[in-house]
Amino acid sequence: MNRNIKDTIVEGITGVSVLLIIFIIVSILAVTIVGGWPNLNWAFLSEFPKDGMTKGGIFPAIVGTAVMTIIMAVAAVPFGVITAIYLAEYANEKSIIARTIRFAVKTLAVVPSIIFGLFGLGFFIGFIGKNMDGLLNGGELRWGQPNILWASFTMALLTLPVVIVSVEEAIRTIPREMREASLALGATKWQTIRKVVLPGSVSGILTGTILAVSRGAGEVAPILFTGAAYFLSDLPHSLSDQFMSLGYHIYIMSTQSSNVDATLPIQFATTLVLLLLTFSLNAIAVILRYRIRKKAK
Amino acid sequence: MNDIKVKVKDLSLRYGTNLALKNISMDIPEKKVTAFIGPSGCGKSTFLRTLNRMNDLIDNVTIDGEVYIDDINIYDKNIDVVNLRKKVGMIFQKSNPFAKSVYDNIAFGPRINGISQKSVLDEIVEHSLKQAAIWDEVKDRLFNSALSLSGGQQQRICIARSLAVNPEIILMDEPASALDPISTAKIEELIHELKLEYTIIIVTHNMQQAARTSDLTALFYMGDLVEMNRTEVIFSNPAKKQTEDYISGRFG
Repeated sequence: MNRNIKDTIVEGITGVSVLLIIFIIVSILAVTIVGGWPNLNWAFLSEFPKDGMTKGGIFPAIVGTAVMTIIMAVAAVPFGVITAIYLAEYANEKSIIARTIRFAVKTLAVVPSIIFGLFGLGFFIGFIGKNMDGLLNGGELRWGQPNILWASFTMALLTLPVVIVSVEEAIRTIPREMREASLALGATKWQTIRKVVLPGSVSGILTGTILAVSRGAGEVAPILFTGAAYFLSDLPHSLSDQFMSLGYHIYIMSTQSSNVDATLPIQFATTLVLLLLTFSLNAIAVILRYRIRKKAK
Repeated sequence: MNDIKVKVKDLSLRYGTNLALKNISMDIPEKKVTAFIGPSGCGKSTFLRTLNRMNDLIDNVTIDGEVYIDDINIYDKNIDVVNLRKKVGMIFQKSNPFAKSVYDNIAFGPRINGISQKSVLDEIVEHSLKQAAIWDEVKDRLFNSALSLSGGQQQRICIARSLAVNPEIILMDEPASALDPISTAKIEELIHELKLEYTIIIVTHNMQQAARTSDLTALFYMGDLVEMNRTEVIFSNPAKKQTEDYISGRFG
């Protein structure tokens, strides 16, 4: 075959693939915006569902998602930052411990999210929660059932790799000269990390946090068994309460509702809210990361 | 001659199996400027970094021999490296101020030593900046980022920063190699003033700089100490042919 024809074919295939991807993204956005935008208004964002969830708003799902991601971030970020500090500053790259941690982080990142849900159910609810009830409540059921705390912790496990990778990357961009300057002044290693390395990694820690929050806000599977509720007439008041979440709300609207057609506008609008939320969080993360890379050069 | 501040005995250093310093022994006098010269890769910077144990940070480095500072072997097992580095300050080739204000850069060392009283810190900052001959240039912008200053000013900020922890010895690793001639002249002038109070050891590529600033000069070549003597002797009447060849530019 003529070399020119081969080139043309390859160029054609790559071009079509790109167009296909763009087409998919644009279709998702177009369908969501067209279906969701007319239903998006203040009442929708600030009211509880009404009439068997065929009318009204998604206020409790927004609050539930927000609270769950906050608790998740509070649990995942410090844990992730500490792990990243260990990997970047203390671990010998070739040591078995460092390699095991890296392997664990990579594995954690590819575990299907439903597995995290099952793990949360077994570990947090079945093991920790049950034992807490036994010790604190004389066996009365309070922590040994799905709630917002266990759901947040389960989600924290899912998002931990995101935090670790972002923070480690940021820590590694701190030039060696900065560490040497600090050590040469008689700073200990920990003082150097605390006063030079971590302040310089703030935007990386922020990026990791935002990526984790945006991932956690959209996931459904991990909270399916661990705390998300079908419908609640009230907001959660304590960590042992269940909660409503945006992603789960879309799922039940489209599969469990008595009148799926009636909920269609709500589904579209909820999807639009969730997409706007995760897109804007990701956009912030991208901008922050771009800034870090620019600073590193 | 003067008192000996640093006494090095049979110091060898390996990167993995590669022998980078071979049995170096030398005496470095107190409150003088000692210059290390030699071609790139001769070991002069590596040797400098053994004097505050900066090589400890690099994996795979093994060091044999002894380095006595004030008659204490700094490679002894029970030596506190942190205290050693407070006593032996270091200025790097590439100026490396922290991304903090001028004030916070200078106060960094005192603060990690637990000084938090503002009046004390103010005094240390002013005194250190004056010692480093940069006070007049930065006194009105102490709270601006140190990174907004010129390269030469940044290097003097780094010198002030290291003076703020009261070192006795200052190691300088090609401190002016990235600077223009005017900034270089200022650094050299500063070295002259600082040697009244501090023992200064400077690594330099620039032989004129060694001749201008130092009292003693040591020539390194391929990990060996070729010759060390008073600077005027090294530059006018060296004992070894290799030294003469190097300073007259025949190799290196």
